[in-house]
Amino acid sequence: MNIHEYQAKDIFRDAGLTVPPGGIATTVEEALSLARTHGLPVMVKSQVLAGGRGKAGGVKFCKTEDDVRTHAGNILGMDIKGHTVRKVLVTPAETIAAEFYLGMLVDRASRRVLLMASAEGGVEIEKVAVEKPEAILKHAIDPRFGLLDHEAMAVALRLDPDVKRARQLADAMQKLYKAFLAADASLAEINPFIFTDQGVGKAIDAKINLDDNALFRHPGYAALRDLDEENPSERMAREADLSFVKLDGNVGCLVNGAGLAMATMDLVQYYGGRPANFLDIGGSSNPDKVVNALRIILGDPNVEVILFNIFGGITRCDDVARGIIAATERMEIRVPIVVRLTGTNEAEARELLTKTDLVPAATMDEAVQKALELAGK
Amino acid sequence: MAIFCTDQTKILIQGITGRDGSFHAKSMLGYGTNIVAGVTPGRGGQTFEGKVPVFDTVKDAVAATGAEASVIFVPPAGAAGAVFEAADAGCKLVVCITEGVPTLDMVKVMPYLAERGVRLVGPNCPGFINPGQKAKLGIMPTNIVTPGPVGLISRSGTLTYEVVDALTRAGLGQTTCLGIGGDPVIGTNFMDALQAFHADPATQALVMIGEIGGDAEERAADFVKANMKIPVVSFIAGRTAPPGKRMGHAGAIVSGGAGTAAEKKKALESAGIPVADRPADVVPLLQQIWKR
Repeated sequence: MNIHEYQAKDIFRDAGLTVPPGGIATTVEEALSLARTHGLPVMVKSQVLAGGRGKAGGVKFCKTEDDVRTHAGNILGMDIKGHTVRKVLVTPAETIAAEFYLGMLVDRASRRVLLMASAEGGVEIEKVAVEKPEAILKHAIDPRFGLLDHEAMAVALRLDPDVKRARQLADAMQKLYKAFLAADASLAEINPFIFTDQGVGKAIDAKINLDDNALFRHPGYAALRDLDEENPSERMAREADLSFVKLDGNVGCLVNGAGLAMATMDLVQYYGGRPANFLDIGGSSNPDKVVNALRIILGDPNVEVILFNIFGGITRCDDVARGIIAATERMEIRVPIVVRLTGTNEAEARELLTKTDLVPAATMDEAVQKALELAGK
Repeated sequence: MAIFCTDQTKILIQGITGRDGSFHAKSMLGYGTNIVAGVTPGRGGQTFEGKVPVFDTVKDAVAATGAEASVIFVPPAGAAGAVFEAADAGCKLVVCITEGVPTLDMVKVMPYLAERGVRLVGPNCPGFINPGQKAKLGIMPTNIVTPGPVGLISRSGTLTYEVVDALTRAGLGQTTCLGIGGDPVIGTNFMDALQAFHADPATQALVMIGEIGGDAEERAADFVKANMKIPVVSFIAGRTAPPGKRMGHAGAIVSGGAGTAAEKKKALESAGIPVADRPADVVPLLQQIWKR
């Protein structure tokens, strides 16, 4: 789950990082009142779950109240990479003497949390990683001992030889690690971490991605979910505990298993079609789950055919077939449905399907080809 | 031969009385797997299916039965704890089937396992099956496998079954079918699995089923090129996945242009590993390059 900058800043503050104050505005008036509270000049920053906000014109420096009026007015309602800006963060503008990048993520290769730090702060770190990889310092943190003082300081001194500033950088890295663990993050970034003219270190931007698997032990984070940022069908899927991603094609896909679901989408494209979604229905043949999945897929007006691809394995295919039939009897379905079932009792399953309008298929290739034929009609 | 265990390896199951654990334990037993014990706290002294003794702790189970390997069917919140317990009790092989384990829990487990020389498979994986030894440590369907010379590594479940089924139908049996799991932090990664297959003389050909996210397939390609003489073919799922979205598996996400199916295909092909366009093409591709 991704959260907004202002939410990530709260988590950083709790971990002891120095973060400038600020407030959230949903109207120009609120933005003005916040600017008066915090004192001009301020930054008005769009809060959307997308990168490249600055480049899109969604982050503006405001010297006067007129600036706030103009920029907050422009930014609120602005579209950034398909996300509508509904709120802005208003925060005092800082003087910047130096800026750095500090980040952490779970590294698959070392199986540890990886600290990444760079003196190339305030720019897109992905770009630095490609163009100047040597400018990013890395340290894999041993989970038994955490980020030790000397380890943090060694990285910090390579970023900035000034020992006073290096100490602040090292401290920020350790607090970032504390925040990372406390939040069960999968990614946490400060870009940039700055020093003001007075030499005070501050995190003036914040990004955190939370590990979906760990949300169960952070009940408070449910409130951080921005429902406006979620596609309605993706929200329904999350509430029904289905793994779903909306795409823009016309072939609705219901598959058991994430890998097979991806392979099914790929096969639809291979035969010249376009998948409408990714949906992993899991191992269950529960009609309720199938009904929910069908509702979500049929909520998309582009869908012209539905394709079930189920590799039964241990699950009995006749059970799955009964689940699908029960689900389709409980609701009105406006498109043809192709069902591919393989595994235990697949012959019985096929037999059950022949008594219905559902179109059976023996292999995934046959199922996709049949679905594409039906989609054209 | 095969990898990771033999027909003599003594296996216990953590969570044997749970809904998933009991279902799969029955299937494992039915296949002939050498299951010597089960563990569920509070159920010590009971017997599973009239033949497998159940213990309160893994230590008790190991002391009484000499179990060497554990298969874990414990809910996500307790999964990492179960891995710690198995390793502490002396199990040298731990297979964690559980889906939805917090990633940082696994990060914490890893050094503990490394210090004790414990191999972990998973989490969030179907485990593995060695058809020649009638050993199944996980949830793979047994009716689609058959003994033979092909090894298979995969990051997914049902997609693996799809390919295994095709191998079996083509008369190509398997040494070991291994699902390493779809999470970002897993115990046995592509590289570890490759090394194990490389060391197994019975494995004479290899199928790798990858997917988007990370660079495990790229690194595997380098290893194959540098070390392996046997024929290797591959399939990568997720060509149509949009960037930044998690496709079911926590690890299946393309970010910043890295981890795409196209990049993986390129890396594999430049290492001389043909990549199938469809799951159905995997077996014909293997037959094409395999001069027996």
